Amino acid sequence: MHELSICASIAEIVRRHAAGRRVLSVSVRLGQLRQVVPETLEFCWNAVSSDAPLSGAALEIEFVPGVIECGECGERSALADPFPRCPACGGVAVSVVSGEEFYVDSIDVADPATTGAGGHEAAPTARPSA
Amino acid sequence: MGRFHRHEDGTIHSHDDHDHGDLSGYATGRERVEVLEAIFGENDRLAAANRSDFDTAGVRVINMMSAPGAGKTALLQQTLKLLSGRIRIGVLEGDIETSLDADRLEGFGAAIALVNTGQGFGGECHLDAPMVRSALPRLPLPDLDLLIIENVGNLVCPAEFSVGEHARAMVYAITEGEEKPLKYPLMFRSVDVVVVNKIDLLPHLDFDLGQFRKNLAAVNPGVAVIEASARTGDGVDRWCDWLAASGLIA
Repeated sequence: MHELSICASIAEIVRRHAAGRRVLSVSVRLGQLRQVVPETLEFCWNAVSSDAPLSGAALEIEFVPGVIECGECGERSALADPFPRCPACGGVAVSVVSGEEFYVDSIDVADPATTGAGGHEAAPTARPSA
Repeated sequence: MGRFHRHEDGTIHSHDDHDHGDLSGYATGRERVEVLEAIFGENDRLAAANRSDFDTAGVRVINMMSAPGAGKTALLQQTLKLLSGRIRIGVLEGDIETSLDADRLEGFGAAIALVNTGQGFGGECHLDAPMVRSALPRLPLPDLDLLIIENVGNLVCPAEFSVGEHARAMVYAITEGEEKPLKYPLMFRSVDVVVVNKIDLLPHLDFDLGQFRKNLAAVNPGVAVIEASARTGDGVDRWCDWLAASGLIA
């Protein structure tokens, strides 16, 4: 819920890190347990990213599946249903290992030195691995 | 999921064969900038600041949530009646509009600060850390032992926003049926205690208390459950005992 105000928060974070450079894409990690709907986030992102330096910036959402660890048998399992019970032993003393993430991981910005006409022939710059 | 995709590093292709939001991005150099910032970071920072102020002032804080009409304010009236002679209580009242709840709580000896989340154009459906922080100057924190935050009636959103509280409680009315823990698991999982309210109505309903407890245990196995009737006062002492046992009141 609140995807529009969430997108406003994402935009503020992105603008600060972009420091005036044009933003090409924004990478967000979203955990399964957060009450945020990716499709709605994308829709609202279009609304907040119409002006430079965000104009045209793609929002890329990487979904992080929920994983729980059982305090009784030690097993780690995917959170397949909403009920936090260990599928291996049925124990209820489970803790969340992943699935609560919600952060801006990185942004891709245009390198101002190569922006402009004639760029079609240029080979893409090597990108650091994610 | 539509546009959720990543491009291969180093791919060279013409602009026509790929639908991309920004075609000229491929022609220019790209630089990846690491960010690693939590999107609710601002809220969480202010929640931590609130918590720090509470701890410095020696106040314990409980965030009370529920669906609209479950009986939070009625329970609070009974709580203030029982406790305000023994401990110094403050109430931070959150509502979209009106001071009706804050008004009902006047006269019991508690300090009350109201936050209306509506600004004449609808309003926020939950309290968040900045809103709570804005009300703190209006509360005599060093002179309080317990601060009760009465959140906006809403079973979804308040669970997502930490405001710096030490504990969370939910008031649930038996008129709501047995199934809401299954339908709103994140809210039910985020609270430390559920006060099952309006038990004076049990003879008039088909409410299955055992089934409700089972559903609740499925989503939050460790949660405390207290049966009460804010109308008759039944169980309010057990609720106050829970507050004491949880370290919220001395």
